[in-house]
Amino acid sequence: MPGSGISAFAFPEEAFELKADLRVWRGGPGEPGRYEHHEVPFEPGQTVLDGLRWIRVHRDPSLAIRFSCINANACKECMIRVDGKTVYACTTRLTEGEMTLEPLPNKKLVKDLVTEIAPPDERL
Amino acid sequence: METDVLIIGSGAAGMYAAIAAARSGARVLVADRSLIGRGGATVMAQMTVAVALGEETPDHWEHHLSDTLKAGRGLCEPALSQLLCEDAPECIRQMDEWGVGWARAASHIRQVQAPGHDRPRCVYVDFVNTGPAVSKTLRAQLQRMPEIRRTGDLLVSDLALDGERCTGAWAVHVPTGKTVPISAKATIVATGGLTRLYARNSASLNMGGDGYALALRAGAELIDMEFVQFFPIGHLAPRMVGMDPIMWDPFRYKLGGRLLNAGMEEFLAEEGKYTSVRDRATQAILKEVAEGRGTPHGGVWLSFKHCSAAGLRAAFGPVIERLAANGIDLTRDLIEVAPIAHYHMGGIRVDADMRTGVPGLFAAGEAVGGANGANRLSGNAISEAFTFGRRAGLRAAQLAARSRMPSLRESEKAAAAFPDINPAAEIVKLQQVMNEHVGPLRSAAGLQDALQRVLDLREACGALPAPHGLDPRWIDLHDLRNMRLVAECVTRAALDRTESRGAHQRADFPEASDAWQRHQRIRLSGGSVRIEG
Repeated sequence: MPGSGISAFAFPEEAFELKADLRVWRGGPGEPGRYEHHEVPFEPGQTVLDGLRWIRVHRDPSLAIRFSCINANACKECMIRVDGKTVYACTTRLTEGEMTLEPLPNKKLVKDLVTEIAPPDERL
Repeated sequence: METDVLIIGSGAAGMYAAIAAARSGARVLVADRSLIGRGGATVMAQMTVAVALGEETPDHWEHHLSDTLKAGRGLCEPALSQLLCEDAPECIRQMDEWGVGWARAASHIRQVQAPGHDRPRCVYVDFVNTGPAVSKTLRAQLQRMPEIRRTGDLLVSDLALDGERCTGAWAVHVPTGKTVPISAKATIVATGGLTRLYARNSASLNMGGDGYALALRAGAELIDMEFVQFFPIGHLAPRMVGMDPIMWDPFRYKLGGRLLNAGMEEFLAEEGKYTSVRDRATQAILKEVAEGRGTPHGGVWLSFKHCSAAGLRAAFGPVIERLAANGIDLTRDLIEVAPIAHYHMGGIRVDADMRTGVPGLFAAGEAVGGANGANRLSGNAISEAFTFGRRAGLRAAQLAARSRMPSLRESEKAAAAFPDINPAAEIVKLQQVMNEHVGPLRSAAGLQDALQRVLDLREACGALPAPHGLDPRWIDLHDLRNMRLVAECVTRAALDRTESRGAHQRADFPEASDAWQRHQRIRLSGGSVRIEG
């Protein structure tokens, strides 16, 4: 059982009994987009960001997500929509059953769950 | 893009450098692969800043220097350590004027006693808010200075060279994948450390040693790469979110707290206080675990149960609620803690003006090696970021003032193919190998094993292909390539150093050796990592 600060998502999937069904929005600007389902094994306490990182390592490395500080909720970069609510992926716990993950609706879409959140004067 | 001074990284070192360079008349570009002031290590620093202010008790920077040298186990570069200790008071007071909000007691800035310091010397911002407050304060200053252009989502993939001279950098605009050439009269690497190399780390995503790899490939030297600091009491269990895993430290300053083994015995002679310096505490915890006295997750217990609820409330403030949200009640629960990769003493070799051996290239902050020797004293990281950033910014601006704008030469690289690997998965494997074999306790057999694994990745980490739009796989490959190179440096240096000193502990060479009271320097020669000294 992994503790905090370790790459929990690196553990083999059979290590965990609980499963979250993550319904993840994929697509780019101007595309109709689609939802992909990923069954993500987890243990109580793990977060949506853990689940997304697990998908990138074990299922699909092309999934675009934005985060920096991983677990500390210091960088505030991992904001997405989970079941229609704007949340930080790093502090939202995984739950059993379906969870729908979407990019922020009020920001310009870059790709998948990544939106343009930098202040305008801090962009290229 | 063109700029007098290019600064790579927007943690405390990068932002302080930007302010100093702009004040010296330079036009500055701050580029960060993440968002400005949000992605580095500084924003995550929840602890304290060591500085001889003499607000709590009389102090002098020479006392701070003496403690720093002692903690460094004979390996500090004295000129760098002196710069850190001597300039820190000015920087800390400057930050105070800028409104960072150092915690105060009555009329003075509060300074607490931290392990390894001979007197109360460490300032902080309540509650566990030092890093965010420092980042926010510096960013606000940058925003006021029109000479400073700030650009996030701009990942520097290589430094640009004209002969041996650094002429700026090649960057990738992350959201679009476009190549961005940046011409600069002077360039400062302020990218922080390498703790992402380890599975158990307190790092952000971009602490994979980018700056070391950039500098090495540009011809600069690295020193002391074997000295990775493991913070002894990183949070292990129960799972906690929304807090940095190093968050227990400030509470130990305030309340002491007891470290207990599985038999509920205090194994460090601390008597409820917080006195053990980091390398010793880390080794003591590992010993308890190795000898079967560890906790269920493989650490030791941290207890505040001897403190009253009111005492806890006063010390922790609103953090009590954040702990409660994680199901933790300190009047009732014990915490499991264990060493976690936290800081890198080694880094880019510079002189006291932050100049690397490559003309036009400077470094600042944790990216620099030498100031903290084999073991860093609590609180020296942010002081190092401020003081080295300021010095680098000033010197880079002076160089820029007497230099012409270089033009970047298009590099003639053949388009490389994407290797047949999942770099995200390879990064996880590399982190596990490094944690197991190149962590706080090392041996020749383990280091050899790790080295082989690192070398096996070399072929997949050759030339970088071009990214396509926002390309997460490309970013992973970029990171893996840098992490692999830096991991090779750490592993080779650790293998060569056949002694134990500070953060570098060898099970097969448990004693310090006088003959090893020296640095190992690393450079890239014909594409291979070569150790000198």
